[in-house]
Amino acid sequence: MNIAEELLNGNRFALSKAITAIENEHENATEIMKTLYPHTGHAYVLGVTGPPGAGKSTLTDKLAKEYRQRGKTVGIIAIDPSSPFSGGAILGDRIRMNSLTLDEGVFIRSMGTRGSLGGLSHKTADAVKAMDAFGVDVIFVETVGVGQSEVDIVKAADTTMVVLIPGMGDDIQAIKAGILEIGDIFTINKADHDGADKLMTELNMMLDLDGVMKDWRPPILKAVANQNQGITEIVDTFKKHHDYIEGNGQLTVRRTERTKNEMLDLLDGRIGSYIRRRIVENGKLDEYVEAIKARKTDPYSVVGEVMESMLK
Amino acid sequence: MDKIKVLVAKPGLDGHDRGAKVVARALRDAGFEVVYTGLRQTPEQIAEAAMQEDVNVVAMSILSGAHPHLFPKVVNLVREKGMKDTLIIGGGVIPEGDIPALKEAGIAEVFTPGTPTTAIVDFIKANVK
Repeated sequence: MNIAEELLNGNRFALSKAITAIENEHENATEIMKTLYPHTGHAYVLGVTGPPGAGKSTLTDKLAKEYRQRGKTVGIIAIDPSSPFSGGAILGDRIRMNSLTLDEGVFIRSMGTRGSLGGLSHKTADAVKAMDAFGVDVIFVETVGVGQSEVDIVKAADTTMVVLIPGMGDDIQAIKAGILEIGDIFTINKADHDGADKLMTELNMMLDLDGVMKDWRPPILKAVANQNQGITEIVDTFKKHHDYIEGNGQLTVRRTERTKNEMLDLLDGRIGSYIRRRIVENGKLDEYVEAIKARKTDPYSVVGEVMESMLK
Repeated sequence: MDKIKVLVAKPGLDGHDRGAKVVARALRDAGFEVVYTGLRQTPEQIAEAAMQEDVNVVAMSILSGAHPHLFPKVVNLVREKGMKDTLIIGGGVIPEGDIPALKEAGIAEVFTPGTPTTAIVDFIKANVK
């Protein structure tokens, strides 16, 4: 099967195969991406992030249903951590999304982080593009359960929602740097639990400590995902944020920045693997390592030398 | 070689998934990516999830006795999705006498209580395409 062409014709299995090729860096992956790229740029990408157990999957499930009711098609990329020891992973986000499985307007794909540390997998951005080219209207990217600084999602999403739950720490936690800086929207899930109001106050204080007047002060919403409470309000707020960043040109700025970063990452990766391959093939690697070990030279000089000889 | 991806599924109505979770954990520790979909899946849901995830293996667990009906149904639906090479295996409380018919229907192997998890890992490694 010609994966890219079939995907563009609406073949769901081809979309699945394309993501497999991307994820495993099959030889045909670059060709597939080249064919798909002109068809991307139409989907709106929503990032959902927050600590483990905050209810990201359950919220995503309910939000996807709300978009379906509003006539939109939905793609979901759900990321779970790979074991640093075995490389294996339990991808369990689908458990919360079973009722979406048989909806033809929804496509869900689980991915392991495979060593990536920013809350996404290295291949998330290309998987998003495959779904975008397939023609879905809205793509959710659900990160792994994050702690404090896994903030790659802002680079991948148009609008980022940080999901929090009551009872996870005091207000100093809330003014630390990291994921609390990246939310365009905050949602307090499990808002029927004790401490939701306190968390709301602390978040409000944190956001107001920001001395600069902002046009978009991230709203804080409350939800009880498993009881379907607060869902329409979140989707309305996504829309509001979309309209806001589209209106003031921020969406274009974000997407330009993303395009630039993706190109540079691709370049870094290519150059890196080219040099690695060359240095292994010409047998110099062991020589360099021995010389460095004997303190005859140092890694910094060696890297300079290698760069100079190979990238002229 | 690609990372091996396995869908672990519980078709039908029995609500016991400790066995499925033990297997999922063992497969994870063997370096596989395991998509676990939870309890009470219909054959249609299992086949569709297998397609969306493009798994190499579908591993089902049944304790209710519904395997003669549900296992072959999943095989047919998965094949209908165009997944010709996907390895489909089953496990749970399955009487010896039922196994030949299940294999006939396309279940590559059946693992009954007492099977060491390493036997499942080894079988997958030896037979996955």
